[in-house]
Parts: sequence; C-alpha cells; structure tokens
Amino acid sequence: MSIDLSQFHQTFFEESLEGLETMETGLLNLSPEELKTETVNTLFRVAHSIKGGSAMFGFSAITSLTHVMETLLDHVRAGRAGIDRLLVDALLAAVDCLRETVLAMKDGGGHDDRHIAASEAQLQRLLPAHSGIEVFGAPVRKSIDEPEGTDQPEGKDVAVGATWRIGFRPFPNLFKTGNDPLRLLRALAGVGKLAVSADISRLPAFGDLDPECCYLGWDLTLDSDVGREAIGEVFEWVEGNCDLVITPSSGGPIPLPEPVLPEVPEADHHESVLDDPHPSGHAQHGEPPRPGSERRQPQNPLQQSPGAEASSIRVSIQKIDALINLVGELVITQSMLSQCGQDLSSQKADNSIGGRLRDGLAQLARNTRELQESVLGIRMVPISFSFNRFPRLVRDLGHRLRKNVELRVSGENTELDKTVMEKIGDPLVHLIRNALDHGIETPEERRAAGKPDTGVLHLNAYHSGGRILIEIADDGAGIDSRKILARARARGLIAEGDPLPEDRIHDLIFQPGFSTAAEVTDISGRGVGLDVVRRNIKDLGGVVEVRSRAGQGSTFLIKLPLTLAILDGQLIRVGEHVYVIPLVSIIESLQVRKDRVSSIAGTAELYQLRNEYLPIVRLYEVLNVVPDNRRLDAGLLVVVEGDGQKAGIHVDDLLGQQQIVIKSLETNYRRVTGISGATILADGTVALILDIQGLIAMSRGRSPPLRSASLPDEQRIAA
Amino acid sequence: MSTRPKNDFGALDLTAGLGSDQYLTFILAGEEYGVNILRVQEIKGWTGVTEIPNTPDYIQGVVNLRGTIVPIVDLRRCFGIKTVDYDKTTVIIMLKVTAQRGERTMGFVVDAVSDVYDVSAEQRRPAPDFGSAAQAGFVTGLATVAEKMVILLDIDRLVETRMGPQDQKPGDIAQDVPVLEVPKGNI
Repeated sequence: MSIDLSQFHQTFFEESLEGLETMETGLLNLSPEELKTETVNTLFRVAHSIKGGSAMFGFSAITSLTHVMETLLDHVRAGRAGIDRLLVDALLAAVDCLRETVLAMKDGGGHDDRHIAASEAQLQRLLPAHSGIEVFGAPVRKSIDEPEGTDQPEGKDVAVGATWRIGFRPFPNLFKTGNDPLRLLRALAGVGKLAVSADISRLPAFGDLDPECCYLGWDLTLDSDVGREAIGEVFEWVEGNCDLVITPSSGGPIPLPEPVLPEVPEADHHESVLDDPHPSGHAQHGEPPRPGSERRQPQNPLQQSPGAEASSIRVSIQKIDALINLVGELVITQSMLSQCGQDLSSQKADNSIGGRLRDGLAQLARNTRELQESVLGIRMVPISFSFNRFPRLVRDLGHRLRKNVELRVSGENTELDKTVMEKIGDPLVHLIRNALDHGIETPEERRAAGKPDTGVLHLNAYHSGGRILIEIADDGAGIDSRKILARARARGLIAEGDPLPEDRIHDLIFQPGFSTAAEVTDISGRGVGLDVVRRNIKDLGGVVEVRSRAGQGSTFLIKLPLTLAILDGQLIRVGEHVYVIPLVSIIESLQVRKDRVSSIAGTAELYQLRNEYLPIVRLYEVLNVVPDNRRLDAGLLVVVEGDGQKAGIHVDDLLGQQQIVIKSLETNYRRVTGISGATILADGTVALILDIQGLIAMSRGRSPPLRSASLPDEQRIAA
Repeated sequence: MSTRPKNDFGALDLTAGLGSDQYLTFILAGEEYGVNILRVQEIKGWTGVTEIPNTPDYIQGVVNLRGTIVPIVDLRRCFGIKTVDYDKTTVIIMLKVTAQRGERTMGFVVDAVSDVYDVSAEQRRPAPDFGSAAQAGFVTGLATVAEKMVILLDIDRLVETRMGPQDQKPGDIAQDVPVLEVPKGNI
C-alpha cells in the first residue's frame, strides 16, 4: 500500500509558499490594540495545514516549527498571550525561515535545521511559561468536538495510569484524505497496551464494496499512562474525518474477547461498549453520542479550510492557452457566419427565416464576445498578489533605515496578466527600496522641513486606455536636479552648459551606472538599478517615467500592457502580403519626400527627418517579396525605433490598427530572422509580426554598416 | 470497466508493431506513399498560406490550424520532384512530428490522399539501397498491398534529414542541430 508521496511534494511546496504569504499579510495586519479573531484564525489555519502537509511527507523540521507557531497562535487566540511587536517579529522570522526552507527543498537542495531550531527556540521563549506542549493539565488544544477557541480545563479527565476507551469510526472517505487507520493503531500501540476490536457492521455486500472507502470502525482499549491530549494527537489528522469518542475508564482494562478480525457478533459487542455511557466522558462532549447517529461536525476552524480551497482550482497554463486558442477560432467562425447571414438576409429582405437567422447570429456574436472576454480573464489576477509583499518590505526597510514610513496601497484589485505580474515584482521592489532609501527623509530631516515625521509611500494601480498604470509616490525630498546635472556632466553624459528641461534631467536617473547616493548602502545606491528597472519594464512592453518636485517628493509611473499575449499592432501591406508592426515601436509614419532621401556610396539610403538621418529599410528587399512599387515616394515610411536605433521602414500602405494575439512560430517551426511571431487576423489568415531590431540588423547586413549617423550627445540621451 | 474492448484494428492495439500497422497513403507524382495513421492529425484541402520570408522553397508558408501556427511543406519540392499547379485534389496532411525539440505539427502538401491499409509484417520489405543514404533514411520500407507498391515513410526522419541541416542559414541560431540517429525502423 505504499504510494510514492514525492509526486505531491511540488503541490505541498506551492501551497506552503502561498500559505506563508497569507500568514505574512495576516501578521502585518495584527495590532496590539484590537485582536482580530478572524486574522488569528487564518494564521492558525495556515500553520496547521503546513504542519499537516509536512508531517505527511516527513519534513519533521517544518512540522515542529509550525507546531510551535500553532501553539503560540492558539494562546493568542485564547487571550493567554498578547500581541506585541516581539511576537509579530518572531512569527515573521519563523515565516521567513519556513519560506527559505521550503524554497530550498523545492529546488532540491538541503536546508539548515539549525536555522529552524533557532527560530523554534525563539518562539518557545514567547510561550506562556507554564504551557509546555505536552504538559498534563494544560488546556486541551484540540480535543475532539471542542468548539472553536473554547478553553475547557479538563484536568479531571486526566487519569494517570488509566485505561482509555476509544470509539473510532472513520468516515468512508478517510483513505482519500491520505490517512491510514492502521498507522494510527500502530501509533497507539506504541504508547501503551492496546486491545483492538473491529466493527464491521457498516461493511456492505461484497458486490457493493468500493475499495477506496473505509467501512471499518474500531473500538480500542488503551492501557497507558498518557493523557487524553496525547491520544488526541494521534488522531489529530483524522479529525473531522471520523467519529471519535475518547473516554477514560477508571477500572482495570476491560477484557475484550478477541483483538482482531471479529465475526459479526462483535459489532453487537461494540454497541454495548458505547452504550455503556461514561459520565465524565460524555459530560465533556456536551451531548451523549449515539452510535450510528449523525454526529455534529466539529466547529473547528480547521474544517473550514477545504471549503476555502475549493473556491479556486489550479489549472495548467497550457490548458488555458488551448482554450484561448479555441475561443479565438470561434470568434473567427462567428464573424464568418455573421457575414454569410448578412448577405443572406439582405437578399430576402422580409423573409422570416432571414430575420430569425439575423437575430440568432446577433446573439451568437454577443455570446462569443462575452465568452472571449471571460476566457481571457482567466489569466488575469489582481495585482494584490504582487503588492502584498510590500507592507513587509516597507516595514523592515523602515526599521533598518530608522525612517517612519506609512505605506498606503490602493487599486490592489486591478487585474493584469499573471505573467506580467510575475515579472513586474522585481522592478517594483527596486523602486520601493529606492523611494525609502533616497526619497523619504529621516524624521529629523522631515521635521526640519516642516513635514510630519512619518513619510507616506503611496502605491496605486489602475487601468487606463487598455493598459495598467502603477504609481509609486513618496512625499520625500524629491530629485535634486542640480546634483543630477552635476553628476551627469562629471560622467560626460551631457555637455557643459547645455540647458536641459527639468523632466529630461529627471530622466537621466535611468541612465546606466547613474547614482547620486552619497554613500553606497546595502539597500540601494550602487548605481545598478534604475536602468535595469527601465529595461525590464521595456521588455514587458511598458514604459516608466518619473515626476518629481524638490522637497515634495517623487512619483514613478509605470505603464504596462495588460497582457504579454496581446499587443497593439499596426497592419501594413507590401504587395499582397500583410505584416504587423508593434505599435510601441512606431514613432510616426510619413509620406516620402524625394528631396530628403540621400544615398551613400550608392547602396545605403538615408532619410532626413528634421535634424536626424534615418537609414531606410526597404521591406520588400529584406523580406524578398514583390511590392506594388519600388519607388520610394510611391510608398510610406514608417519611422520605428528598436533597441535605441531608429530606422525608416518603407512599406506600400498602412492598413488598420488592431489588438493582436501573439502566436509563436517556434512551436511548430523555428525562429525566423526579422519575424518575432505571427498572429491570426479576423478572416482566419495568418499575418507575421515584424521584429524591428532584426529587420534593422538584416538591412545593415545588406549594406555597409551604418548607425543612424553621428548625433550630438544630448540627442543620444533623448533617444 | 469489466473487460478490455475487443480490438479489430491492429493499429489501435497496444501490441502494434508486432502485428500490423495502419497506414494512410497518399499520391505524389504517381507513386503511393504511406505514413503511420497514428501520426495523422487531420487532412484538409489546399487553402492559401502566409509566406515566410527567407525560407527554403519547400516551406510554402504557415496556416492557422485552430489557433496554432503550422508550417506547410510542399512534399514535391522537398523530394525534388517537378512541381505542378495545385488543384482540387491537392490536400494538406497535418502530421505530428517528433523532433529534437519535442512534438510539433506540420502540414505536408501532396497530390491526393489515397487509402488506409493494414500493413502486416509479412507485407513489409526493407527498403533497397537507393544509393543516397539520406534518401534511404526516411524510407523505412516498401509494402505490397493489393499488387501495388506503397513506400512507407518515417516522417520524423524526413523532417530531420530534410529540414534539419539545409534549413539553417549562416548566422542563424542553430536550433535544429542535426543529430545522427539510427532510423526508427519498424522491422
């Protein structure tokens, strides 16, 4: 009956990491002033499920640490321990420790048990003095059927050297929860002398038997000096999946006839055992359990967790992408049908069938559109997944920098594609660190500047024009233009005495290797940073800008596409071929004026645009296709920028702009130079998406290498 | 749940390879070729394709197959046979190809589809030495079905030998590094 549990490890790791995130958020919301029972319950629940998982997989270090966390949280819940900074810090440290451990295990590496032990010891110290975990007389943490949070002393139930009678009736789904009753029985046998009698009364006829259900029940008599709590612990993992009655029997062990494999009469015997009510035991349970009758489900918060999980399911991205593809096809089919319907109903104008067809098609169009929207919505997640880690970051950094910072978060329910969200995390962390380190001043400085001691960092997200905008605003010192200007001159980025508008100066901080921090701290200031932030955001198809006013603070504004799978495209035509140019790379499009074209050495062509010279890329030449016209002034020039280099792409015509879904050529074919992917147009045909950088490189390969002429320095910066 | 369903088709039987395989056959320049039917995803009539610039001439272009982009190979050009105009019997056979990078789908333009045959081990003959080693690589055997000769193709090998090395242009990032492999013969 051995199952390879390692196949479930990954799920355990993922769920644990998610749980730890929840815990962290919960801990940061805890405050000494008001005890939020729900929050504490959540924390408790998370600790408990991680403990459960780790125990199942045998990660004992995690189990013992979460166990202490759980105990501590239970004390908090019962009001026996107060919430103070010390406690929150210790729990946060434990969360970190667990996260590290889980991550290390996830990557297949080992983990440092000492680290865990240290964290555990730290928590142990915070436990109220007399509440060792296994101490007799201590309040029962989770006695079966105990209502949530109640605090029933049950010293009178504890009888040292006593005999315990245990009625154990697992629910049929016990095996499905990963439990094995045999293991429980063995564990009990390990603590004392155990007599077992099985109850087979629920066993169905052989034909009806489902091998995955547990039909057996057991009556156990345990002769041991352990307390009820210790017995309860054995059954801890099956709580909620069984009916369990534990009663002390003060007399000597009840002689049970045969320990195992009883015949049917044994069931009757079992009835008699339970029918013999044991006053003290039943008093504790509040209501006398009737064998066979429905038992009240334990009102323990632990039992709520399956319900909470059921509200979302894990689906692989491939499945979702396949669904999105199919819906895309459906939309194409639908538009084809609509076209047919229109042609048909215009022919027979007042035909009732035509009318019905038209109505039906209109409805189909609506439904298809809604379906497409909701399917695309599957990939969308609220940005709070990313924002949630920032309260912790701000708190810790504030401590270290001795700055008082209040983090305000708004718009955390704004949705964006999961892939974009995963990739925006690091740039955001960087900007927040930056704001704390360089932006917000120390309390002394703030007081001197007439500002409140506590600085405010405002994180905001919202949708605008099909994009998501994220603002990181601080009310700190702002960017010192003079300092930046001096620094830029010193580094030779701009010429002496060149006047620059304020916003252009601020933009300089995104230059590589640019740092005005007086000293390098371990938080920021090494000068590798904002340029990386800008590049990362650009890779996502977004932009980052900064606005700042000296003494009043700075605001970083990030604009991102909602999803990586969709881009705004400009359709262009060369001969009979339609291509897509990503709109982000287009600067402008213009009619070619012959007198602005000059050719160098008869091969390379340049176009004079204001005070720049752009190399001309004739698309038909690069792509080897037949154009309408080879004359430059018969077509249009699309001015594009790729990787800091501008070029003019010569095309026959501009068609419409539309949002396109990016498809990979590599899935079934391979990478093609000059082409970054493909998309499916409304009529179901394929159009290729041009790779601007690749095209420029290709055209350079055909003609002598040319940069976009030599430009004065400040224009390179502007570019 | 009770008993395994009876299986009349050798190709669907889990013990295929020992007995007979099913082959879909198609016509190309008067000859009949066969591919393992388990590789066939679908057969569709010739429709327009979108050309991909700067690719070998046997790559006709790409089409949209239910939301994925699938390259289309002209098998006549690929075999170096004189090309003809596409007509109403011209079809694209979509096949699953297992290459080094994993499974992908490609379409092959052929003159017409012909039939589906059960080819047993006795009917199959090893391919004679054609002289050209590359050519022999993707022909796994010949089968005689109803007095006709059917040329059995190993489509993986074909893609590997034909579209592996020649498809790389200098300066390209080598993604399909050709690897010498023993052909996956069925014999």
